Amino acid sequence: MSFSWAKPYEPKSAFMRWVDDRLPLPRLVYGAVGGGYPVPRNLNYWWNFGVAAGLFLTIQIVTGIVLAMHYIPSADGAFNSVNGLIMRDVNAGWLLRYAHMNGASFFFIVVYIHIFRGLYYGSYKAPRELVWMLGLVIYLLMMATAFMGYVLPWGQMSYWGAQVITGFFSAFPLVGEPLRVWLLGGYAPDQAALSRFFSLHYLLPFVIAGVVILHIWALHIPGSSNPTGVDVKDERDTLPFHPFYTAKDGWFSAAILLVYAIVTYFAPNYLGHADNYIPANPLSTPAEIVPEWYFWPFYAILRSFTVDFILPAKLWGVLAMFSSILLLFFLPWIDRSPVRSGSYRPVFKRFFWLLVIDVLILGWAGGGAPTPMRNVISQLAAAYYFLHFLVILPLVSAFETPLPLPRSISESVLHGEEAEAAPAGGKPRRTKTATAVIE
Amino acid sequence: MRFILGFIGAVFAGVLLISLISGVATYVKSPPAPLASDEFHKAPKPLHLASDGAFGKFDKRQLQRGFQVYSEVCSACHSLKLVSFRDLKGLGYDDAEIKKIASDWKTQVPSVNPDTGEEATRKALPSDNFPPPFPNEVAARAANNNALPPDLSLMTKAREGGAAYVYSILTGFQNEPAELVKKFPDAKTPPNLHYNPYFANLNIAMPPPLTSDGQVEYQDGTKPTVDQMARDVAAFLVWTAEPNLEARHANGTWVVIFLLIGTILGYLAYKQTWYEAKRAVRPTGVLDPENQAKNRRAKAKAGIAG
Repeated sequence: MSFSWAKPYEPKSAFMRWVDDRLPLPRLVYGAVGGGYPVPRNLNYWWNFGVAAGLFLTIQIVTGIVLAMHYIPSADGAFNSVNGLIMRDVNAGWLLRYAHMNGASFFFIVVYIHIFRGLYYGSYKAPRELVWMLGLVIYLLMMATAFMGYVLPWGQMSYWGAQVITGFFSAFPLVGEPLRVWLLGGYAPDQAALSRFFSLHYLLPFVIAGVVILHIWALHIPGSSNPTGVDVKDERDTLPFHPFYTAKDGWFSAAILLVYAIVTYFAPNYLGHADNYIPANPLSTPAEIVPEWYFWPFYAILRSFTVDFILPAKLWGVLAMFSSILLLFFLPWIDRSPVRSGSYRPVFKRFFWLLVIDVLILGWAGGGAPTPMRNVISQLAAAYYFLHFLVILPLVSAFETPLPLPRSISESVLHGEEAEAAPAGGKPRRTKTATAVIE
Repeated sequence: MRFILGFIGAVFAGVLLISLISGVATYVKSPPAPLASDEFHKAPKPLHLASDGAFGKFDKRQLQRGFQVYSEVCSACHSLKLVSFRDLKGLGYDDAEIKKIASDWKTQVPSVNPDTGEEATRKALPSDNFPPPFPNEVAARAANNNALPPDLSLMTKAREGGAAYVYSILTGFQNEPAELVKKFPDAKTPPNLHYNPYFANLNIAMPPPLTSDGQVEYQDGTKPTVDQMARDVAAFLVWTAEPNLEARHANGTWVVIFLLIGTILGYLAYKQTWYEAKRAVRPTGVLDPENQAKNRRAKAKAGIAG
């Protein structure tokens, strides 16, 4: 419980009191996502993507569990069990499969928006460093889970993606190759690799769910951040999560589901790659091996290193790719500006949008065949990525003069209050309470 | 720590710069030779099918014609492993017709002689998948100049361009342009391959399967031109790859309507819930002198008395 004015749970019936005395689970829920969690009243829609991410985790787990009932994790049977049995004979199997396939993409879309919201509004800063770092752990687990899930249909991209990604480990000197063989259970992806990927693909989502609980727990100690980045001062700055944010998250989640449904039902293969409808063939390499779209920026960073400079190019690429995510763990200490919100940081704001464009360019660069032009653009964008976080951000945070901050959240909400106060010429507002409209 | 991290960032950027310079230098010194496929490869021709779009439905007569082309032409070399005879119900055949199609199918299904236990074959049943034309990959390659005819079950999902790609390949066979041979003497179509600008590397192992009008005799009276047969079999392969397409479109329409209503109701509920909160942002209320002053100023500005 974060604030002293947070409402304590009051059981409404004798039965709930009985339960609450023995197992205060309703109390826990009430304090976490009910009326007992005060939230800054000025959250904008960028704050709705955390709940949306939880929604997609749930969709993935539910559809995934049912798919696992029909899936056959064998190198001979996997492709046919997905494309034959599940897509053709299982009742609504096509729906489960397409929902799971596109659910992964939408999970990443909402999580990327969630992460960039955190970057813009400085959500990684004190006292929320651990919230940020746990979020990054979730993201890394998601990447591992998504990669292993993509291997399971055992199509061409599944197979060659597994080949390339496990190949990262062989870039490390001495231990690399034995490590790769140990991870795969063989010299190339085969039955042993498929079995363990299936097992881990089933396990990791529950690990993610566990870390999500830690993520929310750590968040609820200082409470949610807000678009001004100003700390909550008193009760006037907050609203209880329920009904205010349940209502807001409710309709917005429905809107996201609507987009998700349109893609799942009417363009289910738009985000995928045609080659994965060809059964895995270890003897035939696809014309180009491309990972799923959510890995494209990292794939671009990996491919950008083309010269053996002291270290082999491949090792540079692998180190840079891992560093590009790991450096985010240091962000709370890289950016030392005490001002959280990018809205009050004119220089930071410009670089933030440059970073967004840079990551989009990296995504474009990683998603296509490496032509000379694409390589150059990719190399420039990758260099900017590292310079942004490791050089520009520390400098900006040291030299930038931030704009004056509002004194409190409720003051910042009062923008435009003057115009609202007088219904000049317009029709009078509904006057339900005395405090509502000043007549 | 910031210094160390900054150094790491600069090192990565520096190595990237070296990579960039060396890449550009290589490009300038020895620019990559253009490939014939860069210049002569064509994007698939447009193809419009009844199953296109969000409300698309299969044209069952066309699917039956496409199935006929598959049975009489394609199935000589190409398997359809993921599709079973019973699935043909989706094309509008009844149980008796399906039973006949299965038992008349040119290849039989491997089985066991019930008396001796020896390997045998039997006629296909509606519950069987289409038996492949060759018993294994070696046999398929041996009969096709070492090329392997791919399974067609998922063909329209397994190629960029989908049905349009299939249609374009089937109607795209032609003589190699003289211009190409003049420009790229090495890219001359090798023996046993066939020039087709819609194929990624321009030379496909498959000989033109649809060669003359009237190759198949349609029962519904449609004129079996090469173009028509190619369209029909492309439509049929959309069905084999996605037999639940109609259910998906129908179900999707209702789900989208449902979610649209849900979103609108949810939005209205949200507006209702927040109505008070949005008004009550001024916590000190009407009696707050600051508020009253603002109110008076605003009213004066708007020319309202009071």
